Order: sequence, then structure tokens, then C-alpha cells
Amino acid sequence: MEQGEVFERVVKILTPWVKSDQALESASMETSILDDLKVNSARLVDVVIAFEDDFDIEIADEDVDSVNSIGDAVNLILGKLG
Amino acid sequence: MNRRRVVVTGLGIIAPNGNGTRDFEMALRKGQSGIRYQEIMHETKFACRVAGVPQGIDELAEASFPEYLLLAMNMGHRYASLAALEAWTDAGFEMPAVDDDRVHWDTGAIVGTGVGGMDTTGGKVVPLTDAGKLRRLGSTAVEQVMASGVSARISGLFALGNQVSTNSSACSTGAEAIAMGLERIRSGRAEKMLCGGVEAGSHYIWSGFDAMRVLCRDFNDEPDKASRPLSASAGGFVPGSGAGILMLESLESAEARDAEIHAEVLGAGLNCGGHRGGGSMTAPNPESVQRCIQLALADAGLEAAEVDAVNGHLTATRADPGEIESWAKALGREPGNFPKITATKGLVGHTLGAAGALESVATVLMLRSGFLHPCVNCEDVHPQIERFAAAIPHTAEEAPDLKVMLKAGFGFGDVNACLAFRKWDP
Repeated sequence: MEQGEVFERVVKILTPWVKSDQALESASMETSILDDLKVNSARLVDVVIAFEDDFDIEIADEDVDSVNSIGDAVNLILGKLG
Repeated sequence: MNRRRVVVTGLGIIAPNGNGTRDFEMALRKGQSGIRYQEIMHETKFACRVAGVPQGIDELAEASFPEYLLLAMNMGHRYASLAALEAWTDAGFEMPAVDDDRVHWDTGAIVGTGVGGMDTTGGKVVPLTDAGKLRRLGSTAVEQVMASGVSARISGLFALGNQVSTNSSACSTGAEAIAMGLERIRSGRAEKMLCGGVEAGSHYIWSGFDAMRVLCRDFNDEPDKASRPLSASAGGFVPGSGAGILMLESLESAEARDAEIHAEVLGAGLNCGGHRGGGSMTAPNPESVQRCIQLALADAGLEAAEVDAVNGHLTATRADPGEIESWAKALGREPGNFPKITATKGLVGHTLGAAGALESVATVLMLRSGFLHPCVNCEDVHPQIERFAAAIPHTAEEAPDLKVMLKAGFGFGDVNACLAFRKWDP
């Protein structure tokens, strides 16, 4: 799967949890999920469940700790997809 | 006694027969029922298959709240938040932006619930946990099953910085919340309090009542006839759901900002019968009911003769005749001069933890607009209530002279709450 497609699907999954629509419109690989998109940190577990369902992968709890930006999530998913 | 006066400056309602005070008041005037047949109660083999459930809630919630909140808002959260939003805007305030860090330090919320988020517990927490899939509960389960989730949600919507809590005292919950908010403002600890109660419409909440055989089971084919307070043919209560929220405010604060005042909260009584003298977990001690009414009168500085009407607890169970007897004893009023009796549950069912608040909204609307809604389905007044029959309006009555009304809630646990409201007369 191409990085661009993963990026689009990640953004779509994040969208309902985002408090800053403005940041979402200009989202890039560097956009911080918590600081820029203002996603409540507790909701990351919901986002990870959605990643697992959408990409049919499993994400370990310790992998989640390294996800700060959209790019981190995209690269984590690409790695799982092999 | 020199103490702060407390008034109602905002009203919000989500009810089976109308969402929003305008539609709700219209339904009250028409005697329009919100009781409907519930397929889920048929599928799950309830003996009672009718209930009061507000309509169009998801559409209203989606139009009012952002998606990141909706994902963590079960039915109770939606009812309570919509009612609170109406009360908040009715009181003249706007919903603050999420990035506005100002906090209303002088404003709090006491919003109770009788049972809580059983739709989440039964629909998600139990099945996913039992299946060993608890990770899939995600982050939103706790806030939807914790009792205080409803008041916490409201505090976040409006940036409330005073006391924010959820009370629970079964069917007196909603009235108790108003009594607690009244005290908070009187004591000077808050200027404004969003107070009320909520109960979700969930068969998981109602099943235990059906097992107790306290729900109406004889009118499944005629839902609007099923809730029959004061009637000889009453066969149990009809479960209901919804939310009622009142913005209580110190008179000083309301006058300072030139707010529209709907009514004054004159006083309140709260007590418990101690499961003695005929009282139990499921039945009221009549002496405690009478004392509670008298506590409210004393707190309000009212003489019993000043009470124009009562909006009773009146659930359409075997307790109705005893309740009327208690009102008569507590008020020392004879059938000839008995206050008018209203029973809102005939129209919406018994909304449990919401009832005291939802019916307080009805009470304030009746005072403000000068009318009494009809007591429906009691053309056959119960023989033990027959001597008070003249006090029961079977059709809506214009009541321009209505000044003082009492609203009570008597709950499982032998707990009681009674409120005294007065029409605002500047």
C-alpha cells in the first residue's frame, strides 16, 4: 500500500476525534495528533482500534507510545503491513 | 429570615411527548401522550411493552454537538446535554468555544440519574468484557457508565467551575438535585446552578421493574392509555425516559444581568422514612412523606392554605391513594378546599431519576403560563381518591391565578423530596 493512501485513511480515522478543524485542513506527515489536531490523549486507544480494524493489523500497546505525529502513525502502519 | 432568594432563569426539557419547552408545553396543554409501543420490550419478553422515549434525539444531538463529543455520549448524556443546552441558552448564555479557556467559576451543575448508563453497560461493557474483548471498549466506556458522567459532560460543554456533581436518590433524584442547587446558591457558594435529572430509555433499566411486576401490563395495545395515575384501573407505572434541567440563579445575579425570570424556588424538603412505619426499600413511610411536604412548606415560609396546586409523584401504582392521603394530612386540607392535583406521569410515564426535574419543568411552565395540564386516563378515579375528585382536572384548565405549586418525588429507598415554586411576580 502506498504511503499516500495510508495517510488519507489515517486522516479519515482521526477526523471524528479532532477538535481543530483548521489544523485538519492543512494536515501533513508532521502534524501532531495531540498538539495540533487537539485530539484528547485518552482517545488514542480508540484511534488505534480503528487503525487495527481498518488495516486489518495488530498494534501492540508499546508501539502506540511512539506515535506523536500523523507521520508516526502512517509509518507504524506501513511497517505492520510489511 | 434574611437569606438569598433563588429564581429559575432557564428551562430545558427532553421528554417523550416533546423536546424543548415550547413543544413540551403544547403537549401538556393538549394532554398529548408520549407513551409508545416498544418492539425491543416485545422481543425481550417484557410483560409491559410500552414506554415513554423521547423522539429524534440523535438528529438533535448531531445538530448541537461536535462529533468528538457524540462518540462518547450515550443516550443519557444526549438527553441531559440537550436539556442543559436549552436551559443555558434560555438563561441568556451562549455555548463557549472549545478553545475559550475562560471558566464560569460561579456556576455549577447538579444533574442526577437514578440508574445511569445501562445502555452502555448492557450494550457494550458486559458483552465485550465477557467475551474477553475488553480492549475494544476503548476510552469512552468509563465516562458513559460512571454516574457523574452526565454532570461532567455538562460542565465541559459550558465551562462550569463551581460544584459539579451527580446525585442519586431513585425517583426523587431530579427534585433532590434542585433542592441541592437551591441550598448551594442560598449559602452564597454559587450564583448559578444547572440542576435536574436524566434517565436514559433502555430496556436494561426497565427489566428489573418488569420482574417486580410493578410495570403496567394491561394496555400494551393502547399505549396512550397505559399510564393511569389516580385511576381505579391503574395497574403499574409505565417506564419513561428523558431529562429536565433548570437554571437556578440568585435573584441578585438575575436582576443584575436583567435576566428573564420564570419562577421562584421558595423552598425544599428532603428526608427519608428510615424503612420504618410501613416504609421499606420499595414503599414510603407515610409519616416521612408528610414530614417532607411540611419541611418544604416551612423552608418556603408558606402556609398550607397558600398552596394552589400540587404536581404529585403519582406513578399509577397502588401507592397513589396513600400519596393523596399524605398530601391531605400534610397540608391539613379537606376535599372541599383541596389544591388542584396534576400528575405529569400520565403523559410521559415514570422517568425515574429524571422525573422530579422533568416534572418541575412542567410545574414551572404551568405557573408561568397560568394553566393546569390534564390528568389523563383517570376518568375512573380510584375509590380511595374519589372524595378529592373535584381537584383533578381531566381537561386542561386555564389558571391565571395559580401562584404556588408544590412538586414532590418519592423514591425507592424510602427517600423523599418536595419543592415549592412560586410564579414570578416582580
